[in-house]
Amino acid sequence: MNIRDNIKESLGSRILDWQEKFPRRVYFTVKKEDIVAITRIIFKDLGLRFVIASATHTPQGFEILYHFSYDKAGEIYSARVFLDDKKNPQIDSIATLFPGAEWIEREIWEMLGIKFIGHPNLKRLLLADDWPEGNFPLRHKEG
Amino acid sequence: MSHNVIVPIGPYHPLLEEPELFQLHVEGEKVVDIDIIIGYSHRGIEQLAETKHLDQIPFLVERICGICSSSHPYTYVLAVEDILGGEKAVVPERALYIRTIIDELQRIHSHLLWLGLAGHFIGYNTVWMWAWKYREPVLDMFEMITGNRNNYAMFKVGGVRRDIKDEDVPVLKKALDELVPALDLFRGAVMDDPVIQARLKNVGILTKQQCIDWCVVGPTARASGVNIDVRRDEPYGAVDRLDWKVIIEKDGDVYAKTIVRILEMYESVRMIRQCLDKMPQGEIDAKVADIPAGEGIGRVEAPRGECFHYIKTDGTNRPVRLKVRAPSFMNVASDKVGAVGGTISDATITLAAVDPCYCCTERVAVINKPDNRKIMNGWDLIKMSQAKTNKIKEEMKQ
Repeated sequence: MNIRDNIKESLGSRILDWQEKFPRRVYFTVKKEDIVAITRIIFKDLGLRFVIASATHTPQGFEILYHFSYDKAGEIYSARVFLDDKKNPQIDSIATLFPGAEWIEREIWEMLGIKFIGHPNLKRLLLADDWPEGNFPLRHKEG
Repeated sequence: MSHNVIVPIGPYHPLLEEPELFQLHVEGEKVVDIDIIIGYSHRGIEQLAETKHLDQIPFLVERICGICSSSHPYTYVLAVEDILGGEKAVVPERALYIRTIIDELQRIHSHLLWLGLAGHFIGYNTVWMWAWKYREPVLDMFEMITGNRNNYAMFKVGGVRRDIKDEDVPVLKKALDELVPALDLFRGAVMDDPVIQARLKNVGILTKQQCIDWCVVGPTARASGVNIDVRRDEPYGAVDRLDWKVIIEKDGDVYAKTIVRILEMYESVRMIRQCLDKMPQGEIDAKVADIPAGEGIGRVEAPRGECFHYIKTDGTNRPVRLKVRAPSFMNVASDKVGAVGGTISDATITLAAVDPCYCCTERVAVINKPDNRKIMNGWDLIKMSQAKTNKIKEEMKQ
Protein backbone atom coordinates (compact mmCIF):
# COMPACT_ATOMS: atom_id res chain seq x y z
CA MET A 1 0.00 0.00 0.00
CA ASN A 2 1.39 3.40 -0.84
CA ILE A 3 1.65 6.07 1.77
CA ARG A 4 -1.28 8.07 0.50
CA ASP A 5 -3.74 5.22 0.92
CA ASN A 6 -2.09 4.31 4.17
CA ILE A 7 -2.69 7.77 5.62
CA LYS A 8 -6.25 7.79 4.35
CA GLU A 9 -6.96 4.42 5.89
CA SER A 10 -5.19 5.11 9.19
CA LEU A 11 -6.99 8.39 9.74
CA GLY A 12 -10.31 7.13 8.42
CA SER A 13 -13.25 9.28 9.39
CA ARG A 14 -11.03 11.83 11.08
CA ILE A 15 -10.41 13.31 7.62
CA LEU A 16 -13.12 15.88 6.92
CA ASP A 17 -11.84 16.99 3.54
CA TRP A 18 -9.11 15.63 1.24
CA GLN A 19 -7.58 17.68 -1.57
CA GLU A 20 -4.85 16.53 -3.93
CA LYS A 21 -3.97 19.90 -5.38
CA PHE A 22 -0.82 18.92 -7.20
CA PRO A 23 0.82 15.53 -7.62
CA ARG A 24 3.03 15.95 -4.57
CA ARG A 25 0.85 18.21 -2.44
CA VAL A 26 -2.01 16.88 -0.35
CA TYR A 27 -4.05 19.10 1.94
CA PHE A 28 -6.59 17.59 4.29
CA THR A 29 -8.77 19.03 7.00
CA VAL A 30 -9.19 17.55 10.47
CA LYS A 31 -10.96 18.64 13.62
CA LYS A 32 -8.82 20.59 16.05
CA GLU A 33 -9.57 18.08 18.81
CA ASP A 34 -7.96 15.36 16.70
CA ILE A 35 -4.63 17.05 15.99
CA VAL A 36 -2.57 15.22 18.61
CA ALA A 37 -4.06 11.87 17.63
CA ILE A 38 -3.44 12.34 13.91
CA THR A 39 0.06 13.70 14.53
CA ARG A 40 0.82 10.59 16.54
CA ILE A 41 -0.30 8.40 13.66
CA ILE A 42 1.45 10.36 10.91
CA PHE A 43 4.67 11.21 12.76
CA LYS A 44 5.17 8.25 15.09
CA ASP A 45 3.45 5.35 13.35
CA LEU A 46 3.88 6.17 9.68
CA GLY A 47 7.25 7.91 10.12
CA LEU A 48 6.67 11.10 8.19
CA ARG A 49 8.93 14.03 9.01
CA PHE A 50 7.43 17.12 10.61
CA VAL A 51 8.48 20.06 8.44
CA ILE A 52 6.79 22.99 10.14
CA ALA A 53 3.38 24.40 11.02
CA SER A 54 2.07 27.59 9.46
CA ALA A 55 -0.77 29.61 10.94
CA THR A 56 -2.85 32.22 9.15
CA HIS A 57 -5.33 34.78 10.41
CA THR A 58 -8.47 34.50 8.29
CA PRO A 59 -11.78 36.39 8.36
CA GLN A 60 -13.38 33.35 10.04
CA GLY A 61 -10.73 32.97 12.72
CA PHE A 62 -7.47 31.11 12.35
CA GLU A 63 -6.19 28.17 10.41
CA ILE A 64 -3.09 26.14 11.12
CA LEU A 65 -1.44 23.85 8.60
CA TYR A 66 0.80 21.10 9.94
CA HIS A 67 3.15 20.13 7.12
CA PHE A 68 4.52 16.59 7.08
CA SER A 69 7.00 15.38 4.52
CA TYR A 70 7.17 11.86 3.16
CA ASP A 71 10.74 12.03 1.92
CA LYS A 72 10.82 8.71 0.11
CA ALA A 73 8.38 10.07 -2.47
CA GLY A 74 9.01 13.80 -2.02
CA GLU A 75 5.41 14.42 -1.02
CA ILE A 76 4.04 16.88 1.51
CA TYR A 77 0.90 16.13 3.50
CA SER A 78 -0.56 19.21 5.16
CA ALA A 79 -3.14 18.76 7.90
CA ARG A 80 -5.40 21.76 8.18
CA VAL A 81 -7.30 22.75 11.31
CA PHE A 82 -9.69 25.66 11.71
CA LEU A 83 -9.97 27.60 14.95
CA ASP A 84 -13.12 29.69 15.01
CA ASP A 85 -12.58 31.43 18.34
CA LYS A 86 -11.47 34.88 17.17
CA LYS A 87 -10.47 36.20 20.58
CA ASN A 88 -8.78 33.36 22.43
CA PRO A 89 -7.96 30.58 19.99
CA GLN A 90 -6.43 27.47 21.48
CA ILE A 91 -5.44 23.99 20.43
CA ASP A 92 -3.64 21.02 21.97
CA SER A 93 0.13 21.11 21.68
CA ILE A 94 1.88 18.48 19.55
CA ALA A 95 5.19 19.37 21.22
CA THR A 96 4.17 16.85 23.88
CA LEU A 97 4.89 14.15 21.27
CA PHE A 98 8.29 15.31 20.03
CA PRO A 99 10.55 18.28 20.82
CA GLY A 100 10.92 19.42 17.19
CA ALA A 101 7.54 21.18 17.38
CA GLU A 102 8.36 23.27 20.46
CA TRP A 103 9.80 26.31 18.75
CA ILE A 104 7.19 26.73 16.05
CA GLU A 105 4.36 26.56 18.57
CA ARG A 106 6.09 29.25 20.60
CA GLU A 107 6.41 31.33 17.46
CA ILE A 108 2.74 30.92 16.49
CA TRP A 109 1.71 31.76 20.04
CA GLU A 110 3.60 35.05 20.11
CA MET A 111 2.84 36.05 16.51
CA LEU A 112 -0.85 35.16 16.35
CA GLY A 113 -1.89 34.61 19.94
CA ILE A 114 -2.89 30.96 19.53
CA LYS A 115 -2.49 29.13 22.79
CA PHE A 116 -1.07 25.61 22.74
CA ILE A 117 -2.48 23.61 25.61
CA GLY A 118 0.07 21.37 27.30
CA HIS A 119 3.15 22.96 25.69
CA PRO A 120 6.12 22.36 28.01
CA ASN A 121 7.61 25.83 27.69
CA LEU A 122 5.21 28.30 26.09
CA LYS A 123 7.16 31.55 26.18
CA ARG A 124 8.30 34.04 23.59
CA LEU A 125 10.75 32.86 20.96
CA LEU A 126 11.49 35.81 18.70
CA LEU A 127 9.84 38.95 20.02
CA ALA A 128 11.60 41.27 22.45
CA ASP A 129 10.85 41.03 26.15
CA ASP A 130 9.36 44.52 26.18
CA TRP A 131 6.95 43.84 23.31
CA PRO A 132 3.47 44.81 24.57
CA GLU A 133 1.30 41.99 25.90
CA GLY A 134 -1.65 41.07 23.74
CA ASN A 135 -0.22 42.63 20.58
CA PHE A 136 0.11 39.92 17.96
CA PRO A 137 2.04 41.10 14.88
CA LEU A 138 0.66 38.61 12.37
CA ARG A 139 -3.00 39.17 13.22
CA HIS A 140 -4.64 41.22 10.50
CA LYS A 141 -6.44 44.40 11.41
CA GLU A 142 -10.18 43.97 11.90
CA GLY A 143 -12.35 45.10 9.02
CA MET B 1 18.42 25.12 38.67
CA SER B 2 21.15 24.01 41.01
CA HIS B 3 23.98 24.16 38.47
CA ASN B 4 26.46 26.58 39.86
CA VAL B 5 27.92 27.91 36.63
CA ILE B 6 26.12 29.38 33.66
CA VAL B 7 28.10 30.21 30.53
CA PRO B 8 26.28 32.62 28.22
CA ILE B 9 27.55 32.44 24.64
CA GLY B 10 26.40 35.39 22.59
CA PRO B 11 24.29 37.15 21.60
CA TYR B 12 26.47 39.39 19.42
CA HIS B 13 29.61 38.68 17.50
CA PRO B 14 31.05 40.72 14.62
CA LEU B 15 31.79 37.57 12.60
CA LEU B 16 28.21 36.40 12.74
CA GLU B 17 25.28 37.45 10.70
CA GLU B 18 22.84 36.00 13.18
CA PRO B 19 22.99 36.76 16.89
CA GLU B 20 21.91 33.99 19.22
CA LEU B 21 22.42 33.43 22.91
CA PHE B 22 23.38 30.04 24.25
CA GLN B 23 23.43 29.74 27.99
CA LEU B 24 25.43 26.69 28.96
CA HIS B 25 24.84 25.26 32.39
CA VAL B 26 28.07 23.61 33.40
CA GLU B 27 29.30 21.47 36.24
CA GLY B 28 33.05 21.58 36.21
CA GLU B 29 34.02 20.95 32.59
CA LYS B 30 30.80 19.23 31.67
CA VAL B 31 27.82 20.86 29.96
CA VAL B 32 24.69 19.64 31.73
CA ASP B 33 22.03 21.82 30.16
CA ILE B 34 21.66 24.52 27.55
CA ASP B 35 19.18 27.33 27.03
CA ILE B 36 18.89 28.68 23.52
CA ILE B 37 17.57 32.20 23.20
CA ILE B 38 17.00 33.59 19.73
CA GLY B 39 15.16 36.54 18.24
CA TYR B 40 17.89 39.16 18.31
CA SER B 41 17.76 39.62 14.58
CA HIS B 42 14.04 39.13 14.08
CA ARG B 43 13.08 41.54 11.33
CA GLY B 44 9.45 40.63 10.78
CA ILE B 45 10.02 39.52 7.19
CA GLU B 46 6.87 37.35 7.09
CA GLN B 47 4.77 40.33 8.10
CA LEU B 48 6.66 42.62 5.71
CA ALA B 49 6.04 40.18 2.84
CA GLU B 50 2.30 40.73 3.21
CA THR B 51 2.84 44.38 2.26
CA LYS B 52 4.94 43.72 -0.86
CA HIS B 53 3.74 42.59 -4.25
CA LEU B 54 4.67 39.15 -5.47
CA ASP B 55 7.50 40.36 -7.71
CA GLN B 56 9.18 42.31 -4.91
CA ILE B 57 9.26 39.46 -2.44
CA PRO B 58 12.27 37.63 -3.96
CA PHE B 59 14.35 40.71 -3.17
CA LEU B 60 12.97 40.80 0.35
CA VAL B 61 13.50 37.13 1.19
CA GLU B 62 16.94 37.20 -0.43
CA ARG B 63 17.96 39.39 2.50
CA ILE B 64 16.98 36.81 5.12
CA CYS B 65 20.41 35.24 4.84
CA GLY B 66 23.62 36.65 3.46
CA ILE B 67 25.36 33.31 3.06
CA CYS B 68 22.77 31.15 1.37
CA SER B 69 21.16 34.18 -0.19
CA SER B 70 19.71 32.34 -3.17
CA SER B 71 17.96 29.64 -1.13
CA HIS B 72 15.11 31.80 0.07
CA PRO B 73 14.26 33.50 -3.25
CA TYR B 74 14.52 30.11 -4.97
CA THR B 75 12.21 28.51 -2.42
CA TYR B 76 9.81 31.41 -2.71
CA VAL B 77 9.55 31.26 -6.51
CA LEU B 78 9.05 27.49 -6.27
CA ALA B 79 6.15 28.08 -3.86
CA VAL B 80 4.54 30.54 -6.26
CA GLU B 81 5.17 28.24 -9.23
CA ASP B 82 3.54 25.46 -7.21
CA ILE B 83 0.28 27.42 -7.53
CA LEU B 84 0.85 27.61 -11.29
CA GLY B 85 1.35 23.86 -11.64
CA GLY B 86 4.99 23.35 -10.71
CA GLU B 87 8.40 24.62 -11.71
CA LYS B 88 8.82 22.26 -14.65
CA ALA B 89 5.47 23.33 -16.14
CA VAL B 90 6.34 27.00 -16.09
CA VAL B 91 10.06 27.64 -16.30
CA PRO B 92 12.02 27.39 -19.59
CA GLU B 93 14.62 24.63 -19.79
CA ARG B 94 17.68 26.90 -19.87
CA ALA B 95 16.53 28.74 -16.77
CA LEU B 96 16.30 25.44 -14.86
CA TYR B 97 19.99 24.83 -15.49
CA ILE B 98 20.96 28.37 -14.53
CA ARG B 99 18.98 28.01 -11.30
CA THR B 100 20.83 24.84 -10.42
CA ILE B 101 24.22 26.40 -11.19
CA ILE B 102 23.50 29.26 -8.78
CA ASP B 103 22.14 26.91 -6.13
CA GLU B 104 25.16 24.61 -6.23
CA LEU B 105 27.75 27.39 -6.41
CA GLN B 106 26.17 28.75 -3.30
CA ARG B 107 26.54 25.40 -1.56
CA ILE B 108 30.27 25.36 -2.31
CA HIS B 109 30.84 28.85 -0.99
CA SER B 110 28.73 28.24 2.12
CA HIS B 111 30.46 24.96 2.99
CA LEU B 112 33.90 26.55 2.47
CA LEU B 113 32.91 29.37 4.78
CA TRP B 114 31.80 26.88 7.42
CA LEU B 115 34.95 24.82 7.04
CA GLY B 116 37.09 27.90 7.57
CA LEU B 117 35.30 28.93 10.74
CA ALA B 118 35.31 25.38 12.07
CA GLY B 119 39.06 25.24 11.47
CA HIS B 120 39.51 28.48 13.35
CA PHE B 121 37.51 27.23 16.32
CA ILE B 122 39.66 24.15 16.81
CA GLY B 123 42.91 26.03 16.31
CA TYR B 124 43.61 25.23 12.67
CA ASN B 125 43.96 28.76 11.45
CA THR B 126 45.67 27.57 8.27
CA VAL B 127 42.48 25.75 7.30
CA TRP B 128 40.59 28.94 7.98
CA MET B 129 42.88 31.02 5.72
CA TRP B 130 42.90 28.40 2.96
CA ALA B 131 39.16 27.85 2.99
CA TRP B 132 38.42 31.51 2.68
CA LYS B 133 41.11 31.94 0.05
CA TYR B 134 39.56 29.26 -2.14
CA ARG B 135 36.10 30.66 -1.51
CA GLU B 136 37.12 33.85 -3.31
CA PRO B 137 37.15 32.32 -6.83
CA VAL B 138 33.64 30.99 -6.11
CA LEU B 139 32.47 34.50 -5.31
CA ASP B 140 34.19 35.70 -8.49
CA MET B 141 32.13 33.17 -10.43
CA PHE B 142 29.00 34.59 -8.85
CA GLU B 143 30.09 38.07 -9.80
CA MET B 144 30.68 36.96 -13.36
CA ILE B 145 27.23 35.36 -13.68
CA THR B 146 25.06 37.68 -11.61
CA GLY B 147 27.04 40.87 -11.16
CA ASN B 148 27.03 40.39 -7.39
CA ARG B 149 29.18 38.54 -4.90
CA ASN B 150 26.17 38.10 -2.65
CA ASN B 151 22.41 38.73 -2.92
CA TYR B 152 22.38 37.67 -6.54
CA ALA B 153 18.90 38.90 -7.56
CA MET B 154 18.69 36.04 -10.06
CA PHE B 155 15.34 34.50 -9.25
CA LYS B 156 11.93 35.56 -10.46
CA VAL B 157 8.68 33.69 -10.85
CA GLY B 158 8.88 31.97 -14.22
CA GLY B 159 12.62 32.05 -14.76
CA VAL B 160 15.83 33.87 -13.96
CA ARG B 161 16.83 37.47 -14.49
CA ARG B 162 20.21 37.05 -16.15
CA ASP B 163 21.59 34.67 -18.72
CA ILE B 164 25.01 33.03 -18.61
CA LYS B 165 27.02 34.28 -21.58
CA ASP B 166 28.50 31.62 -23.85
CA GLU B 167 31.94 33.18 -23.64
CA ASP B 168 31.83 32.91 -19.84
CA VAL B 169 31.32 29.15 -19.84
CA PRO B 170 35.00 28.18 -20.46
CA VAL B 171 36.11 30.65 -17.78
CA LEU B 172 33.67 29.13 -15.28
CA LYS B 173 34.82 25.61 -16.16
CA LYS B 174 38.44 26.57 -15.65
CA ALA B 175 37.63 28.07 -12.25
CA LEU B 176 35.87 24.83 -11.28
CA ASP B 177 38.87 22.78 -12.42
CA GLU B 178 41.11 24.86 -10.21
CA LEU B 179 38.81 24.38 -7.26
CA VAL B 180 39.12 20.59 -7.21
CA PRO B 181 42.79 20.47 -6.06
CA ALA B 182 41.79 22.80 -3.23
CA LEU B 183 39.02 20.43 -2.19
CA ASP B 184 41.53 17.55 -2.32
CA LEU B 185 43.69 19.57 0.01
CA PHE B 186 40.90 19.91 2.56
CA ARG B 187 39.83 16.33 2.28
CA GLY B 188 43.40 15.25 2.94
CA ALA B 189 43.84 17.74 5.75
CA VAL B 190 40.75 16.48 7.56
CA MET B 191 40.74 12.77 6.78
CA ASP B 192 44.44 12.10 7.20
CA ASP B 193 45.10 14.22 10.26
CA PRO B 194 44.98 12.18 13.48
CA VAL B 195 44.68 15.33 15.59
CA ILE B 196 41.57 16.52 13.80
CA GLN B 197 40.12 13.05 14.08
CA ALA B 198 40.85 12.93 17.81
CA ARG B 199 39.37 16.38 18.21
CA LEU B 200 36.16 15.95 16.19
CA LYS B 201 35.25 12.29 16.46
CA ASN B 202 32.73 11.38 19.15
CA VAL B 203 32.09 15.06 19.81
CA GLY B 204 28.59 16.53 19.73
CA ILE B 205 26.90 13.32 18.66
CA LEU B 206 23.35 13.48 17.39
CA THR B 207 21.80 10.04 17.03
CA LYS B 208 19.45 9.11 14.22
CA GLN B 209 16.47 8.98 16.57
CA GLN B 210 17.34 12.41 17.98
CA CYS B 211 17.48 13.75 14.43
CA ILE B 212 13.98 12.43 13.80
CA ASP B 213 12.57 13.77 17.07
CA TRP B 214 14.08 17.21 16.56
CA CYS B 215 13.16 17.17 12.86
CA VAL B 216 16.63 18.32 11.80
CA VAL B 217 17.53 18.63 8.14
CA GLY B 218 20.47 18.91 5.76
CA PRO B 219 24.07 17.89 6.52
CA THR B 220 23.21 17.80 10.23
CA ALA B 221 20.73 14.99 9.57
CA ARG B 222 22.71 13.28 6.81
CA ALA B 223 25.74 12.97 9.08
CA SER B 224 23.58 10.87 11.42
CA GLY B 225 22.43 8.48 8.74
CA VAL B 226 19.09 10.14 7.98
CA ASN B 227 18.73 9.71 4.26
CA ILE B 228 17.05 12.95 3.19
CA ASP B 229 17.95 15.45 0.51
CA VAL B 230 15.29 17.56 -1.17
CA ARG B 231 17.31 17.60 -4.38
CA ARG B 232 16.78 13.86 -4.75
CA ASP B 233 13.43 13.52 -2.96
CA GLU B 234 11.62 16.28 -4.79
CA PRO B 235 13.92 17.41 -7.61
CA TYR B 236 13.87 21.01 -8.68
CA GLY B 237 15.81 22.89 -11.32
CA ALA B 238 17.90 20.54 -13.44
CA VAL B 239 19.13 18.25 -10.64
CA ASP B 240 17.13 15.23 -11.84
CA ARG B 241 18.95 15.41 -15.19
CA LEU B 242 22.38 15.24 -13.58
CA ASP B 243 24.56 12.44 -12.28
CA TRP B 244 25.37 12.95 -8.60
CA LYS B 245 24.86 11.26 -5.27
CA VAL B 246 23.59 12.08 -1.79
CA ILE B 247 26.32 11.97 0.87
CA ILE B 248 25.37 10.03 3.99
CA GLU B 249 27.50 9.38 7.07
CA LYS B 250 26.54 7.30 10.08
CA ASP B 251 28.36 8.54 13.18
CA GLY B 252 26.51 11.80 13.82
CA ASP B 253 29.52 13.55 15.37
CA VAL B 254 31.19 16.77 14.30
CA TYR B 255 33.67 14.80 12.19
CA ALA B 256 30.84 13.17 10.20
CA LYS B 257 29.25 16.57 9.60
CA THR B 258 32.58 17.88 8.33
CA ILE B 259 33.01 14.94 5.97
CA VAL B 260 29.48 15.33 4.62
CA ARG B 261 30.10 18.96 3.81
CA ILE B 262 33.48 18.35 2.18
CA LEU B 263 32.19 15.52 0.01
CA GLU B 264 29.11 17.51 -0.95
CA MET B 265 31.32 20.18 -2.46
CA TYR B 266 32.72 17.59 -4.90
CA GLU B 267 29.19 16.65 -5.89
CA SER B 268 28.31 20.30 -6.41
CA VAL B 269 31.33 20.77 -8.66
CA ARG B 270 30.23 17.74 -10.70
CA MET B 271 26.70 19.08 -10.97
CA ILE B 272 27.77 22.53 -12.13
CA ARG B 273 30.10 21.04 -14.74
CA GLN B 274 27.29 18.92 -16.15
CA CYS B 275 24.95 21.91 -16.16
CA LEU B 276 27.43 23.99 -18.14
CA ASP B 277 27.78 21.14 -20.66
CA LYS B 278 24.12 20.25 -21.01
CA MET B 279 22.53 23.67 -20.79
CA PRO B 280 20.39 24.20 -23.91
CA GLN B 281 20.01 27.53 -25.68
CA GLY B 282 16.73 29.40 -25.38
CA GLU B 283 14.55 31.65 -23.29
CA ILE B 284 15.29 32.22 -19.61
CA ASP B 285 12.00 33.77 -18.53
CA ALA B 286 8.41 32.63 -19.07
CA LYS B 287 7.09 36.15 -18.32
CA VAL B 288 4.38 35.08 -15.90
CA ALA B 289 1.79 37.83 -15.57
CA ASP B 290 -0.89 36.88 -13.03
CA ILE B 291 -0.87 34.60 -10.04
CA PRO B 292 -4.29 33.11 -9.28
CA ALA B 293 -5.68 32.56 -5.80
CA GLY B 294 -4.31 29.44 -4.18
CA GLU B 295 -1.70 28.03 -1.88
CA GLY B 296 1.69 26.64 -2.69
CA ILE B 297 4.68 25.07 -1.04
CA GLY B 298 8.26 25.38 -2.19
CA ARG B 299 11.35 23.72 -0.82
CA VAL B 300 14.99 23.74 -1.68
CA GLU B 301 17.97 21.93 -0.22
CA ALA B 302 19.89 24.95 1.06
CA PRO B 303 23.49 24.42 2.25
CA ARG B 304 22.16 23.94 5.79
CA GLY B 305 19.19 21.76 4.83
CA GLU B 306 15.65 21.98 3.65
CA CYS B 307 14.37 25.53 3.25
CA PHE B 308 10.58 25.68 3.21
CA HIS B 309 8.11 28.36 2.13
CA TYR B 310 4.32 28.27 2.23
CA ILE B 311 2.41 30.96 0.38
CA LYS B 312 -1.29 31.73 0.25
CA THR B 313 -2.60 34.12 -2.39
CA ASP B 314 -6.04 35.55 -3.02
CA GLY B 315 -5.75 36.61 -6.67
CA THR B 316 -4.38 40.07 -5.89
CA ASN B 317 -0.70 40.82 -6.33
CA ARG B 318 0.07 40.47 -2.64
CA PRO B 319 0.22 37.30 -0.56
CA VAL B 320 -2.22 36.70 2.27
CA ARG B 321 0.45 34.76 4.11
CA LEU B 322 4.05 33.81 3.52
CA LYS B 323 5.53 31.33 5.98
CA VAL B 324 9.29 30.99 5.89
CA ARG B 325 11.06 28.11 7.60
CA ALA B 326 14.84 28.28 7.35
CA PRO B 327 16.77 25.05 8.03
CA SER B 328 18.55 26.50 11.05
CA PHE B 329 15.19 26.89 12.79
CA MET B 330 15.13 23.12 13.19
CA ASN B 331 18.87 22.51 13.45
CA VAL B 332 19.75 25.07 16.12
CA ALA B 333 17.09 23.68 18.45
CA SER B 334 18.86 20.31 18.33
CA ASP B 335 21.90 21.82 20.06
CA LYS B 336 19.91 21.09 23.16
CA VAL B 337 20.95 17.45 22.81
CA GLY B 338 24.15 17.89 20.80
CA ALA B 339 26.05 20.01 23.30
CA VAL B 340 24.71 18.54 26.54
CA GLY B 341 27.00 15.91 27.98
CA GLY B 342 30.08 17.27 26.23
CA THR B 343 32.81 19.40 27.70
CA ILE B 344 32.89 23.15 27.64
CA SER B 345 35.93 23.19 25.36
CA ASP B 346 33.93 21.21 22.81
CA ALA B 347 30.95 23.54 23.05
CA THR B 348 32.08 26.03 20.40
CA ILE B 349 32.67 23.41 17.73
CA THR B 350 29.53 21.47 18.63
CA LEU B 351 27.29 24.50 18.45
CA ALA B 352 29.06 25.50 15.25
CA ALA B 353 28.72 22.04 13.71
CA VAL B 354 25.09 22.51 12.72
CA ASP B 355 26.29 25.60 10.80
CA PRO B 356 23.73 27.77 12.55
CA CYS B 357 24.58 31.00 10.82
CA TYR B 358 27.07 31.13 13.63
CA CYS B 359 26.81 30.84 17.35
CA CYS B 360 28.13 33.91 18.95
CA THR B 361 31.24 33.19 20.86
CA GLU B 362 32.73 36.63 21.35
CA ARG B 363 30.81 37.77 24.40
CA VAL B 364 31.10 34.87 26.73
CA ALA B 365 30.97 35.29 30.46
CA VAL B 366 31.56 32.51 32.95
CA ILE B 367 29.90 33.51 36.18
CA ASN B 368 30.46 31.41 39.22
CA LYS B 369 28.43 31.78 42.37
CA PRO B 370 28.97 35.12 44.17
CA ASP B 371 31.94 33.87 46.17
CA ASN B 372 33.87 32.98 43.07
CA ARG B 373 32.98 35.41 40.30
CA LYS B 374 34.89 35.04 37.08
CA ILE B 375 34.23 36.53 33.68
CA MET B 376 35.60 35.02 30.50
CA ASN B 377 35.08 36.42 27.03
CA GLY B 378 34.44 34.55 23.80
CA TRP B 379 38.07 34.63 22.81
CA ASP B 380 38.88 32.75 26.02
CA LEU B 381 36.47 30.02 24.98
CA ILE B 382 37.98 29.73 21.50
CA LYS B 383 41.43 29.63 23.16
CA MET B 384 40.22 26.81 25.39
CA SER B 385 39.07 24.94 22.31
CA GLN B 386 42.37 25.57 20.53
CA ALA B 387 44.36 24.61 23.62
CA LYS B 388 42.61 21.26 23.67
CA THR B 389 43.72 20.66 20.07
CA ASN B 390 47.30 21.56 20.99
CA LYS B 391 47.18 19.22 23.95
CA ILE B 392 46.10 16.37 21.70
CA LYS B 393 48.92 17.25 19.30
CA GLU B 394 51.47 17.10 22.14
CA GLU B 395 50.12 13.79 23.37
CA MET B 396 50.36 12.30 19.91
CA LYS B 397 53.98 13.40 19.54
CA GLN B 398 54.97 11.40 22.59
